[in-house]
Amino acid sequence: MKQVQNAIDAEIDKKKRFYPNKEALLLPVLHAAQRAYGWLPHDVMEMVAKSLELPLPKVKQVTSFYTMFYKKPVGECHLQVCNNIACYLRGSSDVIHYIENKLGILPGETTKDGLFTLTEVECLGSCGTAPVIQINDDYFESVSRSDVDKILEAKQ
Amino acid sequence: MKSELVFSKYYGEPEAAGLNNYLNNDKGYDALKKALEMTPEGITQMVKDSELRGRGGAGFPTGLKWGFIPKTNKPKYLVVNADESEPGTFKDRAIMNYTPHMMIEGCIISALAIDAHIIYVYIRGEFVREAEVLEKAIEEAYSARYLGNTVCGKDYKLDMVVHRGAGAYICGEETALLNSLEGKRGEPRIKPPYFPAVHGAFGCPTVVNNVETLAAIPGIVREGVDWFKSFGREKNTGMKLFCVSGHVNKPGLYEKPYGYPFMKLIEEDCGGIWKGRKLKAVFPGGSSSPVLTAEELKDVALDFDDLQAAGSMLGSSAIMVMDDSTCMVQVAIRTAYFYYEESCGQCTPCREGGKWLLDLNRRLESGNGKMEDLDLIADICDKIDGKTICAFGEATAWPLRSLVKKFRHEYEQHILEGKCPFGGKAPSWEQ
Repeated sequence: MKQVQNAIDAEIDKKKRFYPNKEALLLPVLHAAQRAYGWLPHDVMEMVAKSLELPLPKVKQVTSFYTMFYKKPVGECHLQVCNNIACYLRGSSDVIHYIENKLGILPGETTKDGLFTLTEVECLGSCGTAPVIQINDDYFESVSRSDVDKILEAKQ
Repeated sequence: MKSELVFSKYYGEPEAAGLNNYLNNDKGYDALKKALEMTPEGITQMVKDSELRGRGGAGFPTGLKWGFIPKTNKPKYLVVNADESEPGTFKDRAIMNYTPHMMIEGCIISALAIDAHIIYVYIRGEFVREAEVLEKAIEEAYSARYLGNTVCGKDYKLDMVVHRGAGAYICGEETALLNSLEGKRGEPRIKPPYFPAVHGAFGCPTVVNNVETLAAIPGIVREGVDWFKSFGREKNTGMKLFCVSGHVNKPGLYEKPYGYPFMKLIEEDCGGIWKGRKLKAVFPGGSSSPVLTAEELKDVALDFDDLQAAGSMLGSSAIMVMDDSTCMVQVAIRTAYFYYEESCGQCTPCREGGKWLLDLNRRLESGNGKMEDLDLIADICDKIDGKTICAFGEATAWPLRSLVKKFRHEYEQHILEGKCPFGGKAPSWEQ
């Protein structure tokens, strides 16, 4: 938890000169806190609230709006498969089924060993190279079955 | 048609993103030096004369938007809309990855024109790597004193910071974006005021411009209005990035002048429809634009006015192409699911209507639909359209109403046969 507080403080120090009030730092600070802890449990949201002098319900209200703020733990390797129109036209439904079968989980679930989470997401903005999977911070574009095999093997 | 690569010269070359390349090979920051010798009104007038229109979707004249900024002592803000969330759009990502300095230079000039001293780049949260590239380029711009306490040695303080979103389509809507920037839920604001020019970020005058719009500014200032207007046609000027996805042989990003023939782009540049199949339909401006059939697309040119005349819109120039093996009811499900999932939930017609549209299309695809469902879909769309705080309502209604209207026979086939005539299977994964 000390590490999380440090990450929060560092982000506030780095960014506060750009904003007229502390509230505007909420998204940057939530990102920093999540990067340090992995997700945003109650205690972390409380730290964020205290650090920015905001009421806790305000922090929860904002966190709940955005899909990238995780309200429960996600696997070490978070597979986010786009299933919006452009990816759908290029076979993303098959991509999802392929990963479901490989990992034995459905979208929204995490493997028992905590290694993989599978999420079906909306347009990632990489439609010219569909189908696309975002894994943690990186995009994997025009993915093939062997790409998926390699990615999963590398993490296992 | 006269053509030149302005935005995509370095497409696919991450090493080109550095400041040195921009300075040595692209007359980098020459436009800024010229702008510093001009008055803010002079810069704005130049952009007005260029007829540059916003490239995020609405096509609003950029110079006119800047001109709405009132003369007041309040701080003024420039906000870059880098949310790129309209399905099918992937152009701003390319600009940020390969030519970030062109955008940064455009931002600095725009800030001078509206007297802003802070630039916020609101970038979608998923673009982690793009945010990193941009932050590095901004750092370079600070080191070279294009940003900081004295822009190019002049008495003008200017800061620029990247602000990451966190996964919400609606944050591409400018008032939702501003709320998100302020640390709030990304819910659109009630209009009026219609433009953030008066009441924008933190209650102050604000201009929100798209990445590609801002990247067009250095060229206009440096090469002149006539140069810019030598590309495209009247009221649709300049070079433009078109995002082509779906069932073509070579999907990707294509830079063409406005007014480029649609079929030429598909047949020649993109190598035609894949697998020797036929063109069936296209969303020409992202999933929020009404669908157009192959027949309607025959003589269409790619600009704001021509697509509007054809009954759709250029939007964010996100062209999603569907071949003749595509089930349009399945496409409707994907579309409806997106708007159901992404509705911010403020307005009842959008929040509830989106779910109804999804459920009805799912029932039709399963073969259990009824004929009256088709009129019900149109009716729900009518009851969302124009009845919500923001244009998300129209973005839901337009594509879904157009799908039923233009492919009614296909919907009816689902009902009459009691099953999906395409076998109920989604397009397969080829790789």
